Amino acid sequence: MEFGIVELSRLQFAVTVMYHFLFVPLTLGLSILVAIMETVYVMTNRPIWRQMTKFWGMLFGINFVLGVATGITMEFQFGMNWSYYSHYVGDIFGAPLAIEGLMAFFLEATFVGLFFFGWDKLSKVAHLTVAWLVAIGSNFSALWILIANGWMQNPVGAEFNPMTMRMEMTDFFEVLFNEVAQAKFVHTVSAGYVTASVFVIGVSAWYLLRDRHVELARRSITVGAAFGLAAAFSVVLLGDESGYSATHSQKMKLAAIEAMWETHEAPAPFNLVGFPDQEARETHYAIEIPWAMGLIGTRSLTTEIPGINDLVAQAEDRIRSGLIAYEALLEVRENRDATDPTVMATFEEHSADLGFAFLLKKYVDNPLDATEAQILAASNDTVPMVWPLFWAFRLMVGLGFGFIATMLYFFYRASFKGMNFPRPALHLAVWMIPAPWIAAELGWFVAEFGRQPWTVDGVLPTAMSVSALSMTEVALTLAGFVIFYTILFIVEMGLMLKYIRKGPFQDVEETEAWNTRHNDRLAGRKNPDSIAMPAE
Amino acid sequence: MILHELMSYELLRVIWWSLLGVLLIGFALTDGFDMGVGALLPFVAKTDIERRIAINTVGPVWEGNQVWFILGGGAIFAAWPPLYAVSFSGFYLAMFVILAAFIVRPVAFKYRSKRDDPRWRSVWDWSLFASGAIPALLFGVAVGNVIQGVPFHFTDDLHTIYEGAWYMKFIGLLDPFSILAGVVSFAMLVMHGGAWLTLKAQGVVQLRARMIGSIAALVAVGAYVLAGLWMAVGIEGYRIVGDYVTNGPSNPLHFEVERTSTWLSAYADRPWITVAPLIGIVGGLLTFLGLRAGREVSTLLFSKMAILGVISSVGLTMFPFIMPSSSDPQSSLTVWNSSSSHLTLFIMLVATAIFMPLILMYTAWVYKVLWGKVTEADVSENSHSVY
Repeated sequence: MEFGIVELSRLQFAVTVMYHFLFVPLTLGLSILVAIMETVYVMTNRPIWRQMTKFWGMLFGINFVLGVATGITMEFQFGMNWSYYSHYVGDIFGAPLAIEGLMAFFLEATFVGLFFFGWDKLSKVAHLTVAWLVAIGSNFSALWILIANGWMQNPVGAEFNPMTMRMEMTDFFEVLFNEVAQAKFVHTVSAGYVTASVFVIGVSAWYLLRDRHVELARRSITVGAAFGLAAAFSVVLLGDESGYSATHSQKMKLAAIEAMWETHEAPAPFNLVGFPDQEARETHYAIEIPWAMGLIGTRSLTTEIPGINDLVAQAEDRIRSGLIAYEALLEVRENRDATDPTVMATFEEHSADLGFAFLLKKYVDNPLDATEAQILAASNDTVPMVWPLFWAFRLMVGLGFGFIATMLYFFYRASFKGMNFPRPALHLAVWMIPAPWIAAELGWFVAEFGRQPWTVDGVLPTAMSVSALSMTEVALTLAGFVIFYTILFIVEMGLMLKYIRKGPFQDVEETEAWNTRHNDRLAGRKNPDSIAMPAE
Repeated sequence: MILHELMSYELLRVIWWSLLGVLLIGFALTDGFDMGVGALLPFVAKTDIERRIAINTVGPVWEGNQVWFILGGGAIFAAWPPLYAVSFSGFYLAMFVILAAFIVRPVAFKYRSKRDDPRWRSVWDWSLFASGAIPALLFGVAVGNVIQGVPFHFTDDLHTIYEGAWYMKFIGLLDPFSILAGVVSFAMLVMHGGAWLTLKAQGVVQLRARMIGSIAALVAVGAYVLAGLWMAVGIEGYRIVGDYVTNGPSNPLHFEVERTSTWLSAYADRPWITVAPLIGIVGGLLTFLGLRAGREVSTLLFSKMAILGVISSVGLTMFPFIMPSSSDPQSSLTVWNSSSSHLTLFIMLVATAIFMPLILMYTAWVYKVLWGKVTEADVSENSHSVY
């Protein structure tokens, strides 16, 4: 593969988004876990829960800030590196992004300051409300960004406008209730909840292994396991839902994940493992589970799932249809004040395939000049690289089932064995900490790499989406981001480890001082219970 | 969906043009003092405790303030996609520098006081300085470039092509007029930061902030007036010629644009807009007086007034242009040719009408909870939880 501006821009996007996604899952889940802990504190008034809230809240803060910092890049990168994409679909894609800012970012960012700075400025209930608003804000932001991303996977509620040379929204509610987006949202936030649960259990296990902060650690594991168990089931079920919705929206992605070259008679088998061979278009040494693919993909025994070869043939047809649309588009643009109705009709008939004609732009400036060989090459381009998808998917799913098992075990020990955890299980929990991050990154990879060669499935090819930049510029900023992010990541990990080692604050002096000030203020209030109590 | 037909496309475009202004002004009013405090930090606060006081005046609110910047990006994307596409890819390296500043700043706030090592703290203090000062300057430089026009054109497919070598997209931004515009924005935000510290800090930090802030206020007013005079004699303007529609499809290539001798003819066509620069100048002078006199609340209000006047004067002078093209005036982005579709503008307006009042309400509540000065005792007693 030639390495040009498109590949470099993709690399930059992949690096920055996957980096961003190191911090997001923990933010999503830990914000809720912290709010749950604070809820228990407010309900029971037991200082241990306040201490837990503060301790996990502080780790949340260290992580949150890098999620915010790396998220800024994402909001602007579309315009910087993907300016044609921004022009072409901004009318639809921009809206959820802006609403994300209005509805979610303001909420979480405005209140997160108060969460850390408001302990002795707010009543207990008010502080608890702030904690929940931060959690809700974080989770809302996932909703809107996944509505935006869901539209890239399954572009509904929009049509091409030849006058403005871009896609324009026709139905906001279709964009909003896009089945792909909704399944993705729950799948992604659940992944975040699993991440936070594994993190909390892992760190607590580390304390238990060293006999430190035992009360805090046991309770944290209990909360983490209960929450994590529900989340682990949800992440697998909604992952399945995503797969099901891909059956009708992204057939090629599904076939590639499955390395299903030929259309199989329904119900198709599921390739458990195997070695996909893109050249030969077959999967060597495949171990199949009969019927499973048909059941997962279509939830029926009779519906067929098309294989890659058939999909390539369909793509070729759509390229030819797209060329008709492209030719008509040029005429419509030429005579925009007096368009021949028959030309317009031709355009409208084929406009859904316009994006397929753009696949040829990689080979020729004017798609109408494309040779037969180029059309064939372009239709082959619609197949993403299969083996990375095949394996990333299997690894992710395997980890998902692993999380269910882990959570079940810890939940059982916490609920029925008096929060006693055997040492090997605690060791395992510590070692498992990185696993949800790996699973989450694999999930992104499958979703985004599997969408190639499109930025917007069937509408706009990736190769056409980039800005007209020089390699130097993109290379400079890529290097800048990598260096910059790496430094920040090292600093973050250093602080995280420092504060985990240090453990919850049990600074006697600070607590004394806090108590004195607290009592002073209580003297002037009628309702003393409404002010938060200090930790032990 | 036909509800959006209730409002004309033209009206929605004008509303979104003013909302663009509201966002920029909202950003400058809130995040502006964060940047100002950052730029002032090494000069108003010398010891560690002084620095912590200065930092903690913005500590609980910078995160919310920064969202104005992010929302600005998102709203431009949603309401003005061509502007989003052209400006961010056009100011590519400058954007990277601004992003870098906005990435390092949260981390600096959060991590600075997490270790006791003085070198560690000093590195983050200087990061806070750079991440405040550099964007404060660059935002003005960008505005200076937009006023003069930016060298880009569209292809028939509406691909944006930027003229010139890649490094010129950065070095080329730094012409004398744009640098002057940068001085205006830099001095204005330093003034705003000074006004904020006057309100939130005490003692020596406040004294120094008042001193530097008042100088900045004079510089801002002086540079602003100078830039206005320069625009009267040396900067060309743009205008749309021929017949055009204000409710047609958003396609810049459907318009004819030519250059004029000056932007300031707008003041002859629409004399009422003179009020904007007047508010800017008077606000700046009042801020100067307020800082000198040590007035706290009113000075911050005057400073806000100055920012409001200065930013809105740029938009009102250029209307309906948003981003003219110097190399191919026909490609210029205006209110009439670079918005989203009728439906999207309407939906975004509904979303804004629902959420903006909520945001303003809860932001006001948070500021109210945090009302009062940040003192040495606040910082030392809560050493673990504050910055």
